[in-house]
Amino acid sequence: MTQIEEVSIEQFKHLVSERALTGETMLLNMGPQHPSTHGVLRLLLELDGETVINCIPDIGYLHTGIEKNMEAKTYQKAEVMTDRLDYMNPMGNNLAYVMAVEKLVDLDVPVRAQAIRVILVELQRIASHLVWLGSVGLDLAAMSMFLYCFREREQILDIFELVSGQRMMTTYIRPGGVWRDVPVEFEKAVRDFLKIFPKRIDEYETLLTKNPLFVDRMVGLGILDVKTALSYGVTGPMLRASGVNWDLRKSRPYMGYEQYDFNVPVLTEGDTYARYLVRMQEFRESLKIIEQALNKLPFGPVHSENRKFVPPPRSEIGVSMEALIHHFKLWTEGFPAPDASIYSAVESPRGELGVLLAGDGGPKPRRVHMRTPSFDNLAVLPEIVKGHLVADLVAILASVDIVLGDIDR
Amino acid sequence: MGVEQKLGDMGVVTTTLENVVNWSRTNAMWPMLFGLACCAIEMMAAQASNYDMSRFGMELMRASPRQSDLMIVAGRVSKKMGPVLRRLYDQMPEPKWVIAMGDCASCGGVFNNYAIFQGVDEVVPVDVYVAGCPPRPEALIHGVLTLYEKVKGEKFKDLAEKYG
Repeated sequence: MTQIEEVSIEQFKHLVSERALTGETMLLNMGPQHPSTHGVLRLLLELDGETVINCIPDIGYLHTGIEKNMEAKTYQKAEVMTDRLDYMNPMGNNLAYVMAVEKLVDLDVPVRAQAIRVILVELQRIASHLVWLGSVGLDLAAMSMFLYCFREREQILDIFELVSGQRMMTTYIRPGGVWRDVPVEFEKAVRDFLKIFPKRIDEYETLLTKNPLFVDRMVGLGILDVKTALSYGVTGPMLRASGVNWDLRKSRPYMGYEQYDFNVPVLTEGDTYARYLVRMQEFRESLKIIEQALNKLPFGPVHSENRKFVPPPRSEIGVSMEALIHHFKLWTEGFPAPDASIYSAVESPRGELGVLLAGDGGPKPRRVHMRTPSFDNLAVLPEIVKGHLVADLVAILASVDIVLGDIDR
Repeated sequence: MGVEQKLGDMGVVTTTLENVVNWSRTNAMWPMLFGLACCAIEMMAAQASNYDMSRFGMELMRASPRQSDLMIVAGRVSKKMGPVLRRLYDQMPEPKWVIAMGDCASCGGVFNNYAIFQGVDEVVPVDVYVAGCPPRPEALIHGVLTLYEKVKGEKFKDLAEKYG
């Protein structure tokens, strides 16, 4: 096991200001074990009294080697890794990866599978924002928010369990469609959720949006202007809170998002409170999408009929020799993908989640790289916390909504 | 015959000191607020409204290792995090217990590679392993109750040997 080494101030010379070397300012370590860093992020802070003058994020405490591991697996099996990437958004990661595979091998997806994917990914977006809202509440000492948010999140996880048998790491979205059709109880479960949830959002808003204690700790903090945001590659609710109308679901529609009527909430303040408001509105927009997708959920197959890429149903294996061969070949050898590299991106709850996938003609990818939104959103943190108090840093960090699994991979 | 019979009406229970100490330890175990990865979310869910782990005297998550006596290693431990985890464990006061929550913490899980410890027992001694990727909150609660059973059976003699 590697040992922790004592470091001297000399090693940080290039990162901190001159005043730190003379001891005029204080260097403070926040993390990797800290209740407000949302995981194992370490922030090295240079403080002048209570004011942050420098913030240096130190990442890699959760480096998992997911990208490297995926190179050793076939295209279907590598998908299991993507669930664990951004663990608040497993369905969205599945979708991003699967869309890349489909683009690489040119595989069709039936419309019913597309609609199911949209419903589940939007539910996942709500679940992810709920965890975010709950932890923002915890960070700002509003304990009840955490309890309320997790109550609704359980309802979404129950729906996931209904369709896939797993609560979090579902791997339900597969290349060419979804694992299997949704059960008959699915529609009722989602409709129940649609009925209850708008009232719950109102409840959250009554608790927080106009609450002076909450507003005082959020307004005017961590202002991110458009130019900085764009130069750092910030995406997602953070970018939209800074006044840029950029949502991949609208600007580069995929999975039939163009047929749904929804708004992209955009605010111009760019502060912590604006980011909070954008996410609160996204709850309602996601509900709209789910309702429309559910209303016109088409009938039909839920995965592609292309047997070279999608395993045949169990019922066929017993009666068809070809089906048995396909099944055997797919699960032992996998399917080959052309020697090409493609990039495909989806809008995750945190921003643009892109997958660069390079095939080498065989059944395993040559290289997989994830362009994860949290990584870029965290990069801008040092810019927006300068000059704020340490206590406000917690609120700003919470509003960035980072997931360490997403950053370190 | 004996003291029980004489004091029976007075609402007095006699037991051994060991039992009292172990009983009190189980019913107010403070876990450390320490999440690593995916399992941390399920650990939060176990603390939250639906599963409510405070039924078992564990509502108080402590952010400081100095105030906690149970470490729930929730998630994968990377090579960079290992030394930090060990330092946190060393900072916890005796007696202390460790639950390895999830497959990654128990045995490396799906991540058999250069970056992840193949089981947190390479870094700290583990009392209870909870399987699942991630384990359901019920599974974590079961793990905690299993730990309680273990704690209830602890002998002072063994503790003295263990901690010196």
